[in-house]
Amino acid sequence: MVLEEKKKIEVYDTGGPRLTFSYGPQHPGTGHFRMIVTVSGDTIVDLEPDPGFVHRGEEKMAEYKTWITNIPHLERPAILDAAGMVIPYCLTVEKLMDVEIPGRAKYLRTIVAELDRIASHLYWFSLYGVFLGHTTMFLWCVNDREFILDLSQLITGQRFTHAYYVPGGVRNDAPKQVPKELVKEFKYYYSRMIGREPSQEELSEDFSKYVLAVTHFMELRLDHYYEMFFNSEIFLERVRNIGVLKREDAIRLGVPGTTLRASGVKYDTRVNDPYDAYPFLKFEIPVRNEGDCYARAMVGYQEIRESLKIIRQAIEQMPEGPFKLKQHPVVIKVPKGEALGRAEAARGEIIYYIVSDGTDKPYRLRMITPSFRLLPALKHLTIGARIADIPPIYWSLNYWPVEADR
Amino acid sequence: MTWERLRKIIDDVKEKFGEDLVREVYVEGKIAKIVVKKEFIVEVARYLRDTHGFDHVKGVTGVDLSRLREGGGPYIEVLYHLGSLEDQELNDVILNISVLLDIENPTVSSLYSIWPSVEFHEREVYDMLGVIFNGHPKLERILLPEYWMDIPPLRKEYKVPGRE
Repeated sequence: MVLEEKKKIEVYDTGGPRLTFSYGPQHPGTGHFRMIVTVSGDTIVDLEPDPGFVHRGEEKMAEYKTWITNIPHLERPAILDAAGMVIPYCLTVEKLMDVEIPGRAKYLRTIVAELDRIASHLYWFSLYGVFLGHTTMFLWCVNDREFILDLSQLITGQRFTHAYYVPGGVRNDAPKQVPKELVKEFKYYYSRMIGREPSQEELSEDFSKYVLAVTHFMELRLDHYYEMFFNSEIFLERVRNIGVLKREDAIRLGVPGTTLRASGVKYDTRVNDPYDAYPFLKFEIPVRNEGDCYARAMVGYQEIRESLKIIRQAIEQMPEGPFKLKQHPVVIKVPKGEALGRAEAARGEIIYYIVSDGTDKPYRLRMITPSFRLLPALKHLTIGARIADIPPIYWSLNYWPVEADR
Repeated sequence: MTWERLRKIIDDVKEKFGEDLVREVYVEGKIAKIVVKKEFIVEVARYLRDTHGFDHVKGVTGVDLSRLREGGGPYIEVLYHLGSLEDQELNDVILNISVLLDIENPTVSSLYSIWPSVEFHEREVYDMLGVIFNGHPKLERILLPEYWMDIPPLRKEYKVPGRE
């Protein structure tokens, strides 16, 4: 135990008898993940995260599969954020192969990555809401997410786990038209949720116009979320000044993503180590200084707005042309060497370290996911807190057990 | 620009610790790696933290080199992926430091005292490749079940049942 944590507990510890129990893995507040909690009264004096219940051996599996057949299973750690999981893999393989993908592929990758980021964040907020006793948030987010997933499906062919990215580009081009039924559904849902009919312009069957209409709709809905959830007492009372992660602790513990940015560090791989179409797009990195559960939620909320901005720009700027280098056979050979690639997934920075020995399979594939890097922060924040604070702290970190276990 | 900075850092480390203790793998845009003799890993790590501002570890990787066609051998390589958040220029790059350990007796000093962020990553490498990190506060299984009795699964000699 770190020295300062010891000090903190001395302040809270009532000196009464201690109790150690398992929080999870079946507990509805944790997912497939266990915390071994020791309490004195209802103050947590020790907490040991115990991941591994959904470990699938992705890294070992990757050594048995070819460079292309690795793509679908590497998405599985975070199926809602399939783009975030696979883009850095493709970037690293492209680095090893020394290829540059076509411009249109860069934009298509960026659009799908941002759609996945929005879908992942909406799912995060839906669970965040429901575990803090706010069921409406769950229903709203999951419902609105459908239109984002429909867009993913139109572009990639799948709602999630698209297997859309291949080293050298993307698998197929975006469509020109949107099915009539989808526009009809959108019109119905729009008028029910916003309270008025969408304009004629927004009911176009043209793909780019439809994307713009959906992003506009999502922005209106984000205002609703703010009024109903992010500014509501039910939420604020549970999250303000709870689980405060100081800037220096965030850096010391090496946390990624929204958690890091909510602690006042302006760091986002999309800007700091730009890839795909991000260097050509204008967007902000939301940063807050409080470092509490509320700040982490609000950083995620602002990120959805920025993602919508990115999608709109990317749709407008997307060049014509090929969307991949050439038709990839199932078996490609990657030159010998080692490379390190990274990207910003919905939960933070994800890193791949790949060693190739010139064959059709990776010699070693290492995947460092953002959730795994959140474990020290989870331990740090919960020690000294109350039992009732575990759900807000846990969900504000946006920790995803499957992604951590791989 | 920042890759030039990495280049300078590697040169500086080589100058400080000498060519025979430190060796480099540097391919611009792909990887920048300092391979250190295992006795000096803590010293080099402390030097990188204090002098060059690498304030956290993004991950720790173990690689079993025994079946690598070229450049392999009976070794386990342990890499630390270092990053900096305070230094704006170093934000953009990752520096790797690595040690080669004998596969029969893979033991090395833990870097927990330098960077607390390695805690769970080192546990994972212990779990998956059987590397012992001396001085780690809690070196226990993390992802594998507690009752795992087989050889560490990311060693090349481990065969996945039903695959080979």
